[in-house]
Formats: sequence, C-alpha cells, structure tokens
Amino acid sequence: MDQPRTARTYLLVLLFIGLRGFGNLLLAFGTKHLPAVLGVHPAAYLQAMLDPAVAAGIAMLIFSLFTRMALLSLADLSFVLPVTAVGYVLAAILGKVFLHEEVTAVRWLAAFLIFAGVAVVGSTPQNTTKEARAE
Amino acid sequence: MKWLLVAITVVATALSDLLQSYELKRAGEQSVSARGIARLAAMVVRRRYLILSIVCLAFSFFAFMALVQSQPLSFAVPASAASFILETIAAKLLLHEQVGPRRAAGTLLVLGGIVLLAR
Repeated sequence: MDQPRTARTYLLVLLFIGLRGFGNLLLAFGTKHLPAVLGVHPAAYLQAMLDPAVAAGIAMLIFSLFTRMALLSLADLSFVLPVTAVGYVLAAILGKVFLHEEVTAVRWLAAFLIFAGVAVVGSTPQNTTKEARAE
Repeated sequence: MKWLLVAITVVATALSDLLQSYELKRAGEQSVSARGIARLAAMVVRRRYLILSIVCLAFSFFAFMALVQSQPLSFAVPASAASFILETIAAKLLLHEQVGPRRAAGTLLVLGGIVLLAR
C-alpha cells in the first residue's frame, strides 16, 4: 500500500477516535442529566435529543460515522476494529477526567494490552481483500 | 436489562459494520472532505446494504443511549466492544479478509484489554 494512502488511513483513524470519544462523552454527560429514564418509548429519545449536550454528541457521532465509512473504504474491517480500539482507552480516560468515574490499576493494564494489540495489528497489511489487490 | 441492552448494541453493531465494510469496499476509496461527505450521504440512500446498515446502527445507537444513561461510560463503551470476535470471524468468513496469526494475536490482545476494562 502506498505511503499517502497509509497516512490517510491513520489520519482517519485519529479523527474517528477523537470524534467517537468526545461524542460518547457528551452523550453520557447529557443523558445522565436528563429528568426521565430512557425506556422503550421513542418520544423519550426524541426529547433527549433536544438536550444541547446530547445533540452535540449525536452530531459528533454522525460525523464519526462518515469518517468510519471513509476508513472502511480504505482498510479491512478486521484491521479497523482493533486499531480504533484505542478509543476504549480514551473512553476510560474521559470518564475519569470529566465524569469522575473510577479508573483502577486493572483498567490501566487493560489500556496497555489494547495499545500492544493495536501495535501488532498495525504492523499487518491494512487491506487484504480482492478489491484492494485489483487496484 | 443491562445485558439485554449490551446484546442489542453488539449484534446490531456487528451487522451494521459487516454491511458497511462490504458495500464500501465495492464503492472504492472515500474521503471526509465536504464533497466526500455529500458523496457518502448520497451513497447511503442509493445502496440498499448501506440503508440496512444505518437501520442496524440506529437500533445499536438507541440501545447504547439507554445503556450509557444507567451505566458508567467506562463500562458501556468497552462492553459494547464484545462484537469484536463476532465481527473478526465474520470478516474472515464472509468478507474474505486475511486474518493471519499476527492480526489474530493482536486482536486477541485488544480483546483481553477490553474484557479487563469492562471489569
């Protein structure tokens, strides 16, 4: 795979991780401050979307969806999944910093495993399907 | 209720990802410039697998929204990643991606991390 394409892939990975991380943070922050519990009634979800934090979170998640679609047009699903898993570490960090959630030593060990796994997967070819080889 | 929401999120996410990956590989390289996003949005309404993937994504999103309201973010996000194994196996079997020993080992390390993170 050529260098510019590889750079584009990793740029999209970073953009996706940031958008998804902060989008989920805003969604969590917004929904936790809602007066009603979200159940099975669609109206409660529509009402929730009027909350500014929830709306901003959804906007970021929609943009992250397009970013991920662009990413999937460049790289394998089995490459994208583990590489974007750094986002789970980011979720734990954002949860600790902004929502004051507890992050234990076990969670830091988890973060190390995720980084190690991402490094290993990152050293494999990004795209291995017939469509990519035909280019 | 907590695990039902996790299950809905996981299955719907896996289906959505597989459909998106299949259709976008066929569509060719996409970008996220203003024109690229417009092109992607137009593609979503034209291609039936992408429409179906968005429907699955909507189910996954609303289940996740209810999950994140009642559970810590640091549980909800990693728990929803249980789709990893399902999706990696499906990527190999259905999308014919080459999941060699190195990629499999890396994926298992990530999965181990996610399991620990969810504890």
